Amino acid sequence: MRIPCPYCGERDAQEFVYRGDASPRRPDDDAEFHAYVYLRDNPAGPMREHWYHAQGCRNWIELIRDTRTHRIDGAVLAKGAGQ
Amino acid sequence: MRFSIFNLALNALSGHRHWGRNWRDASPKDGYDIVIVGGGGHGLAAAYYLARVHGITNVAVLERGWIGGGNAGRNTTIIRSNYGLPGNEPFYEWSMKLWEGLEQELNYNVMVSQRGILNLYHSDGQRDAYVRRGNAMIMHGAGAELLDQDAVRRMAPFLNFDSARFPIQGGLLHRRGGTARHDAVVWGYARAASALGVDIIQNCEVTGFLRDASGAVTGVETSRGAIRAEKVGMSVAGHTSVVGAMAGLRLPIESHVLQAFVTEGLKPVIPGVITFGAGHFYISQSDKGGLVFGGDIDGYNTYAQRGNMPVVEDVCEGGMAIMPMIGRARVLRSWGGIVDMSMDGSPIIDRTDVPGLYLNGGWCYGGFKATPAAGWCFAHLLATDSAHETASAYRLDRFEQGWLIDEKGVGAQPNLH
Repeated sequence: MRIPCPYCGERDAQEFVYRGDASPRRPDDDAEFHAYVYLRDNPAGPMREHWYHAQGCRNWIELIRDTRTHRIDGAVLAKGAGQ
Repeated sequence: MRFSIFNLALNALSGHRHWGRNWRDASPKDGYDIVIVGGGGHGLAAAYYLARVHGITNVAVLERGWIGGGNAGRNTTIIRSNYGLPGNEPFYEWSMKLWEGLEQELNYNVMVSQRGILNLYHSDGQRDAYVRRGNAMIMHGAGAELLDQDAVRRMAPFLNFDSARFPIQGGLLHRRGGTARHDAVVWGYARAASALGVDIIQNCEVTGFLRDASGAVTGVETSRGAIRAEKVGMSVAGHTSVVGAMAGLRLPIESHVLQAFVTEGLKPVIPGVITFGAGHFYISQSDKGGLVFGGDIDGYNTYAQRGNMPVVEDVCEGGMAIMPMIGRARVLRSWGGIVDMSMDGSPIIDRTDVPGLYLNGGWCYGGFKATPAAGWCFAHLLATDSAHETASAYRLDRFEQGWLIDEKGVGAQPNLH
């Protein structure tokens, strides 16, 4: 896999650290923490996910990738992406 | 038909052309007492023990593809009982005991070979951790021996003992561990279950669940029509989240790919199973002579049964670090299997919040060794609605309650387990 870093351009996936699903949002209510920490949609298909460009620009990136084919359909810097 | 030396001799006379089929290729009936989704080792073993131990024979196993075509054909065939935590080790030891009697039980040669597993250690801290794990194994009857460097040298003189970075100080030896023949395990369970009346239905993909007014599951929708059931058990490994979502479940599971590799056939060189303690690499040699090895999962969510090059490189570097002699062996094949990584690295055998729906999943990259006990304990749960004593820690609500079984201690990060 090659990941199109918005800052550095396309780089080998080996330069990145994977963090997982980008959709969970830290809840305000304690009762929702179990779902936030442990439960995942784990979709077979397009998924928004966080990658960290550890051996590059050290930006957090939000990637849209199809988990069935590894096809990547866009990447943006994660900072501000959630708003 | 029972396999015996007499039958073998008789069939040899006619050139082995007249052996019967091992199990019935059944068509679905309208309804069953219990339907198990997933015809892998775990599903078939559960169906077999439901019939043999609990006397429930009106059971169907639904398989999307063919028997032996999923992860049962994609693992590295290692069986072991060398876990450290109290929630795990009694279960895996029960599995090992079932492996030890499996061929007589099934009247099928599943080629269980207790050739031993040697986990190498490379530092004082790692030795101390292995002493602790070995003691846990001994307390649960699995047996363990701590070997010093000389003892490891006698067993495997070809190892790279004097590596400047990761010198081999010794190893933890689990003599009862070893390998089994992966295809034969599913074939043996399918044959034995079918003989007791279980319907094994291939090419039958579950597309949804039948629910009654209260929301309880009353059967499944499949590519071969609706099938009613009193209880439905899910045993679908990497697709646990996908099938679970059809019933509205959101689970503590991510799907990842684990790659495995096999080389050309060589004369016997690797005694037993050997694992690298400073990286992640494990290797055994199949009876055909191929070196079978693997390492880490790729580390990102995927349902594609193939991995990427960085992990191929990492696994091969691990192999070269501890046994440079394999460097000239040619890799014939590599493949990937989709594993259901749970949030604490341990499995789930439990009821779900949906009445009538039961879950066996979250096996991560370690489902093969668990096959007999997972089947036994899932059958126990389906038949009695209570957890088997060796699987009582594998609760679905443990993530909410804080009773995690995190063998590696890395937290809710599935790609690090």
